[in-house]
Amino acid sequence: MPKPKSAYSVAGRKEKLDTHIIVVWVDNEAGVLARVVGLFSGRGYNIESLAVAEIDQKLNISRITIVTTGTPQVVDQIKLQLKKLVPVHKVADFKREDKNVIFKEMALFKFVGTNGKIDKAINACKKYNAVILDTTNRSKVVQITALRREIDKMANNLKKYGLISISRTGAVAMTRGEKVFK
Amino acid sequence: MPKLFSGAEIVFKCLEDQDVSHIFGYPGGAVLPIYDELKNHNSVKHILVRHEQGAGHAAEGYARSTGKPGVVLVTSGPGATNVVTALTDAYMDSVPLVCISGQVPTHLIGTDAFQECDTTGITRPCTKHNWLVKDINDLAEVMHKAFEVATTGRPGPVLVDIPKDIQFQKTLYKKFKRKSKSNGASHNNFSQDNIDELVHLMSKATKPIFYTGGGVINSGPKASELLRELVYTTGFPITTTLQGLGSFPGDDNQFLGMLGMHGTYEANNAMYECDLMINIGARFDDRITGKIDEFSPKSKKVHIDIDPSSINKNVKVDLAIVGDVKSVITSTLKTLKKSKANFIKSNKQKTSKWWEKIQKWRSKRSLDYIGSEETIKPQYAIERLYELTKDKDTFITTEVGQHQMWAAQHYKFNKPNRWMTSGGLGTMGYGLPAAVGVQIAHPQKLVIDIAGEASVLMTMQEMSTAVQYSLPIKIFILNNEYMGMVRQWQELLHDKNYSESYTAALPDFVQMAEAYGCVGIRAKTPEELDDKIIEMLNTDRPVIFDCLVDKQENCFPMIPSGKPHNQMILGPKDKKENKITGKGRTLV
Repeated sequence: MPKPKSAYSVAGRKEKLDTHIIVVWVDNEAGVLARVVGLFSGRGYNIESLAVAEIDQKLNISRITIVTTGTPQVVDQIKLQLKKLVPVHKVADFKREDKNVIFKEMALFKFVGTNGKIDKAINACKKYNAVILDTTNRSKVVQITALRREIDKMANNLKKYGLISISRTGAVAMTRGEKVFK
Repeated sequence: MPKLFSGAEIVFKCLEDQDVSHIFGYPGGAVLPIYDELKNHNSVKHILVRHEQGAGHAAEGYARSTGKPGVVLVTSGPGATNVVTALTDAYMDSVPLVCISGQVPTHLIGTDAFQECDTTGITRPCTKHNWLVKDINDLAEVMHKAFEVATTGRPGPVLVDIPKDIQFQKTLYKKFKRKSKSNGASHNNFSQDNIDELVHLMSKATKPIFYTGGGVINSGPKASELLRELVYTTGFPITTTLQGLGSFPGDDNQFLGMLGMHGTYEANNAMYECDLMINIGARFDDRITGKIDEFSPKSKKVHIDIDPSSINKNVKVDLAIVGDVKSVITSTLKTLKKSKANFIKSNKQKTSKWWEKIQKWRSKRSLDYIGSEETIKPQYAIERLYELTKDKDTFITTEVGQHQMWAAQHYKFNKPNRWMTSGGLGTMGYGLPAAVGVQIAHPQKLVIDIAGEASVLMTMQEMSTAVQYSLPIKIFILNNEYMGMVRQWQELLHDKNYSESYTAALPDFVQMAEAYGCVGIRAKTPEELDDKIIEMLNTDRPVIFDCLVDKQENCFPMIPSGKPHNQMILGPKDKKENKITGKGRTLV
């Protein structure tokens, strides 16, 4: 007799997970974010990061950028399920490796300590478009924009220079060149 | 100055413009202005249920038997939460429902007011879309949009939450202009290339099968007609899902019966062995596929569905055709007739070996059971019910459990929209209120709820509704004193530990019928069964029929958990012990 296996849980073979950036254009109305996020949690999809803001005040359109991981089948389902939501206008999907798409996250770092230490930290931040937003005798707040992994690395490395507080956004994405996603 | 209408009036204006003739509901504080307005609108008849879940299921029965959306009206708080089960049921089974709920006045929202709940929040995952109307000027547009969303594409439930102050406020009402009927055409997203490929696959296949589902029924009666034409033109065998019963005649020779967990031996084996599977309006549900990585391993799979997210969700397919079933079959038939006029002739030889094989499976007679002279076998009861009602245009609803599967196996449907059952959600208590809704829509027709004694007690209070509106529904209870399907699984999977599946202290259903003011009939032996059924059919009032059946009977055939289609248990006559062991036990 063959060894009984599950009829209803997933097949034994595990497929590779890819990271995708899903961009959703929605009507900016009450509850729309809950619909999108609820779809992810209700169907067991994963959200790594989320960024949302209105991009067109006249047409009342918000753009939601979601970083997610899943098998190709799951990512397809995510797109198709999103498209079924009534306030959703269009859905774009980019692989993280896609060279034609720019991904950026922003982070705010607060450093507290001696000037020497903080200056070292600012130096390290420079390659990520560092902007100093606030300065006191013993502290600085710095804004950087970079990729997720780069910010992760910075956050780790700068602790020794007095990094005591981090605030960061989810990723936002835009295609390179003239083309616009329709 | 143009006339101003209150929110409550606008609700009715919209219902009238949408040709709504019946609404199922229950009043309460937050919908009183709407109820107050009811008297001024004769074309909309309100059916007072006894519990909001009953309103939802009644509206489902109404919708499924007519193809029109069912409309529900409930109050805020408990009214809305009580209807959640019915909304989820409709969502799973793609039934168009429009639920209107009252809400506390806008200035009280968020204050934990009396009978306040976050209705749109609670119903978000179980509706296609929902709206909280906070501005009277949005009301009419939202109401009409609600009907559009519920009825187009893959149908489903929607909810409109209207705060009480909005029901009182006044505004203008613009006459609704109906968009020219799209008939699902706007959801068609297939090309002639898709159809050509389908026809090509069909002409090459030697072991083809049609696997059709509720999507055919949702596409309208015309789709069922076209399906018949397609099946006869091709000469292919066809099996349908639980929800697809009736889209093809149940007594036709090309029909292999229902497939899936309690489907026939021939249907499931044909699904396993086929080389071309054409799925029309079904969704590869887990009750159908069994073990997914051994599901129909040798076949090319075609999936025709109006919902793009159904495609490749559970099973990867080779050809996807996104569109309304009716439109797709129409195109397919056209192409078939043009390019392969002699299809059936050229095809007969190719599929003759296939049909021989199917006959061999058929000869197993997998729906057979061991008869009895002393006790009524539940299968026998359904068979007799079918024989005595098949000449009438009968509408059947069911609850959920063994009786539901026996009804699906032994009652043969020849027309669409005659079979109302809770498939996706599996809601015990669905059948009785659904029968109320069906009878409202078809006052002259015979409506029978094939029920189990455990399920029917969940919504028994709706008998009172049936009596109030003189709805002669027949509640045909297969009474084995057990939650039969639970008992069966416990027998097969849990060493006969019948934990809590026996109902002690059942009511006397005959006396209960009398208490409700309807008629109670009891059948105890096979000998008296026919006479009692005839007595039931001749009663022009609601009837509760207490049919005492064999308490130990199990529902076979069955694909046990963890097994593919070709490893079925065939019931007491089957010699091979096909025990469920190991991991399969953890599955439902």
